[in-house]
Amino acid sequence: MSETVDVSKGLPAHPERATLEGKNKFVGFWVFLSGEVTMFATFFGTYLGLRNGTAGGPEAADLFHMPLVFIMTMILLTSSLTSVIAITAMKKNQFKKMKLWMWITFFLGVAFLGFEIYEFVEYVHYGLGFSTSAFASSFYSLVGLHGAHVVFGLGWVLLLLIRYNRAGITLTNAPKFYMFSLYWHFIDVVWVFIFTVVYLMGIGGG
Amino acid sequence: MADHLSEPFEKSAMTNEERVKTEREMRIQFIAFAFMIALTFLAFIAVGAEVAPPGFVISFIIFLAFIQLFLQLYYFMHLKDKDHGWANTFMVSGLVLSIPTVVALILIIGVVKY
Repeated sequence: MSETVDVSKGLPAHPERATLEGKNKFVGFWVFLSGEVTMFATFFGTYLGLRNGTAGGPEAADLFHMPLVFIMTMILLTSSLTSVIAITAMKKNQFKKMKLWMWITFFLGVAFLGFEIYEFVEYVHYGLGFSTSAFASSFYSLVGLHGAHVVFGLGWVLLLLIRYNRAGITLTNAPKFYMFSLYWHFIDVVWVFIFTVVYLMGIGGG
Repeated sequence: MADHLSEPFEKSAMTNEERVKTEREMRIQFIAFAFMIALTFLAFIAVGAEVAPPGFVISFIIFLAFIQLFLQLYYFMHLKDKDHGWANTFMVSGLVLSIPTVVALILIIGVVKY
């Protein structure tokens, strides 16, 4: 497998796809992401179909607050950029720099998750339980599914960072860090549609 | 030399040309990020200002979201690169599939049932 990789000059410029395993993971991960796109589409479609079914419970316009959503959006967008910086450092064989930016990505993700938990707790206090209305169920399913993806991503990067804390950048761990960054960008893309379709459309009427 | 899979490297094999390319890529990604922030501001302002009719505002912010999708996929996730043919194939088919999915769900449970 690795006899096709020229390692005599140092870390290949694209360490994530230098080995056959890396190439396979790369293609496989894009297949997975396209499946995720379709899965999220079903949740978005369900939410859009049911969002007016409030059954006398709280409505979107009463619940959502722009400042909180704005802060969450900024945090997640920035964490997307920090993972880009980390991957650029990885390609240049700068292990410490990559670790630093991955940790920053991790903590931004934790901050985002904290805000999301706070938000859900607030809504429950406001009287929006999971089964209060069709709007409530579809809202919690869609945004909660995104939150579950964030939780998974955080666990993923935490494991990678701890396991490879002193390993340096190798042909084994480079694909793993790269796939995480793809996943993280994907979560960010989903959030872009959530803040547009769920929050801004909820506040802006329509 | 046997497998060199789990040992780190002392240096990078990047050529000068590749280094310059990476730097340029990074600059483009920062510009893309600036655009994303600007688009987000624009979307929030469009809704917060409440000057345009809701129908127009909604189509406008969805349009902005699609631009952000494009920026993320093509610049942050490198779909614009030449060696991403299959990645493009999968992603585009996923996106194409999701449009009828969303439309059908809105029609079936939104319009027909409610």
